Amino acid sequence: MTEEGLSKIVRTVALLLTAPITVLGLYIIAHGHLTPGGGFQGGTVIATAIALMLVAFGSKRVKKAVGKEVLSATESLGLIAFIAIAFLGMGSTFFSNFLANAGGLLGMSIPSGANPGTINSAGTIPLMNFAVGIEVASALSLVLLLIYFSGEKEGKKGGGKK
Amino acid sequence: MKSFTKALVLAVLVFFLVLAALELRPFGMPQKSAMDDYIIVKGQEETAANNLVSAVVFDYRGFDTLGEATVLFAAVSGAYLLFRRELK
Repeated sequence: MTEEGLSKIVRTVALLLTAPITVLGLYIIAHGHLTPGGGFQGGTVIATAIALMLVAFGSKRVKKAVGKEVLSATESLGLIAFIAIAFLGMGSTFFSNFLANAGGLLGMSIPSGANPGTINSAGTIPLMNFAVGIEVASALSLVLLLIYFSGEKEGKKGGGKK
Repeated sequence: MKSFTKALVLAVLVFFLVLAALELRPFGMPQKSAMDDYIIVKGQEETAANNLVSAVVFDYRGFDTLGEATVLFAAVSGAYLLFRRELK
């Protein structure tokens, strides 16, 4: 197997680690209203999985798995979803949390004071966490991909001159 | 005609600006810690979120977060623009 990327040991470990890293990122996003973390932090953790893949496998195989167009689309989609959720609260004001304490979906009340809380609370906050998480993960992955492509091209150019 | 429209737009803007200025609270009126105390006391009850930082970032100051997300979007657009040659 003569291909770009690092040795077989590194590739195996990277494959083993990618799924737990992605799940950790999703956990941080989903529990943003209960534990430290949130959309920005979880999205960054997911982007590190892409960084690991890039280093271990090289850009060609990552490009085949996640295209720039897909990442660009999901990035825009995350931002649009964020603004759309903000507009849904226009019944009272922009960004009003119309689902919190309303019963039904994500509307459970929690007692005040120290308590573990439930995932089915906080109204629009978890939805916005997910929107921002999708946006941040795609945006940082896109920046990493772009910089990695340009670095590879520069390296090839330099090698040719020598 | 054009200058008349301009003047009209300016007049409307100034009108609303003056209206907003009259609605402002007196100088120094909300105490320094009034906002913090309100969020600390009422935040958990009002938003039903145990993570008060998330409650502030995505609820009380949601507009700020919208700006942050837009800045990230603009940064990625800039990176795309910068590396467009490499994308062939």
